[in-house]
Amino acid sequence: MTAAIQIDRVEKSYKGFKALKGVSLSIEQGEFFGLLGPNGAGKTTLISTIAGLIRPDVGSVRIHGHDVVTDQRQARMKLGVVPQELVFDPFFTVRETLRLQSGYFGLKNNDKWIDEVMENLDLTAKADVNMRALSGGMKRRVLVAQALVHKPPVIVLDEPTAGVDVELRQTLWKFISRLNREGHTVVLTTHYLEEAQAMCQRVAMLKTGNVVALDTMSQLLRRVSGSSLVVHLKHGTLPEGLRHLVAHDEHDEGKNNGGNKYTLRVNAYNEVEGILARLREGGAEIDEMQLQQADLEDIFLQIMDGAPVR
Amino acid sequence: MNFFSVGFRTLFYKEILRFWKVATQTIAAPVVTSMLYLLIFGHVLEGKVQMLEGVNYTAFLIPGLVMMSVLQNAFANSSSSLIQSKITGNLVFILLPPLSHWEILSAYVSASVVRGLAVGAGVFIITAWFAHLSFVAPLWIVVFALMGAAILGTMGVIAGIWAEKFDQLAAFQNFLIMPATFLAGVFYSIQKLPPFWLAVSHFNPFFYMIDGFRYGFFGKSDVSPWTSLAIVAVFFAVLAAVAINMLRRGYKLRH
Repeated sequence: MTAAIQIDRVEKSYKGFKALKGVSLSIEQGEFFGLLGPNGAGKTTLISTIAGLIRPDVGSVRIHGHDVVTDQRQARMKLGVVPQELVFDPFFTVRETLRLQSGYFGLKNNDKWIDEVMENLDLTAKADVNMRALSGGMKRRVLVAQALVHKPPVIVLDEPTAGVDVELRQTLWKFISRLNREGHTVVLTTHYLEEAQAMCQRVAMLKTGNVVALDTMSQLLRRVSGSSLVVHLKHGTLPEGLRHLVAHDEHDEGKNNGGNKYTLRVNAYNEVEGILARLREGGAEIDEMQLQQADLEDIFLQIMDGAPVR
Repeated sequence: MNFFSVGFRTLFYKEILRFWKVATQTIAAPVVTSMLYLLIFGHVLEGKVQMLEGVNYTAFLIPGLVMMSVLQNAFANSSSSLIQSKITGNLVFILLPPLSHWEILSAYVSASVVRGLAVGAGVFIITAWFAHLSFVAPLWIVVFALMGAAILGTMGVIAGIWAEKFDQLAAFQNFLIMPATFLAGVFYSIQKLPPFWLAVSHFNPFFYMIDGFRYGFFGKSDVSPWTSLAIVAVFFAVLAAVAINMLRRGYKLRH
């Protein structure tokens, strides 16, 4: 099956600054794919390249087999993009905005689908309200609706939940999940890693224009293997025999989360008992203790810090 | 290229709707401005100067004012729409869909023509009461109004794409469009100019638009309307080629 998005060795520079350094990715049809990275990693440049807003210096991007530069009409028909910036046209109402966007994609008499999109994004009550009069969250919903008016098989969401309330997030993810179940490919960039962990089946992490990790969510989480035991000691210090378990950043930098607090890596729950026994034997008394499950944020931080991921 | 595609019609409709929603500013205001020009210049110069034989000054002035309104408003429509969209970022809604370069250019230019003609018609309806106007060759009136509006609409597209801020667009308007319009014979016949400026005026394409347009009213002009039409048509073709090339290359639009 043709890839939903095929990115081959894409490079892009701006005035000497290399934003993308040979990025290659293949996103399959029907995937819920996460594109993660810190600010300046090249996520938005990559998305703009996919959307045809930026032309790559080297390499190519194909949407369902259509090159975004040489076969742009077909490629754009397959793609719906929710831009990161909260942009809108102040002259029009919500319904006018959506009808116009639908028309740009060559679709007329598309009101049934427009009504359905508005209904699913809780926009129906605002249909005849001017865009200027909407709150930030509502404007964000309209941006999402605009990306969906032509029922694109590939939906790209560039930080769709930035600065929006919980209600919109839930409404949005419910609708996007439904579209994904119906076969739409979804590509998501977000700084909310818990969202990415909950939604994405596969993730690519970008750092300074390079893909530094590309794997399924389950494989990535397996790589950070296990959990962390956070102990706050009332008396005593961490016994020498447990020092090798201290999380790398605390170990390397000589930190211990302030005072007598240590974060210890735990590969399996049955290791907890042994750690507690060693603390007791070493004369340490525990004030507080917490067992934390490793999550996407842990591996994200490890990868971005350049630390080896187990 | 499909001038009747849904994409073209939608963008054209959006551009019409955009200026119509602020018609006081985009239609009524320029009509009032032209009315003021007529009242002041007509009152001061009527009976004192004669630009064309057998045509009083107010009658001479009206076609010039109408055409000036057509040209300036056609330019203002496409240029202001594009620069606003670029600065607010909503141009992305035009750049993401599969609209061709031709669809984009023709939609912006067509809407500019509509606004230019709407303002021109408004100016004519208001000012025509002040003088007896003849319509010797109405087809020339229509042809030059359409061509002039299309040319300025295309120039507006070029300026809107080129400018990165309102300041640059204002410079384009104030240092290029405005002088070229005023020095094209809106208020006078270039035959009244000294030889040097008479020669210079012949290099101003705006002069041919206004001169040809005026010919339609009085059957008199500084140069033959066919010559004017040929020059205007070539000028339009060159500008359209420049605009299409900018859109095709994604100049200042797709980085």
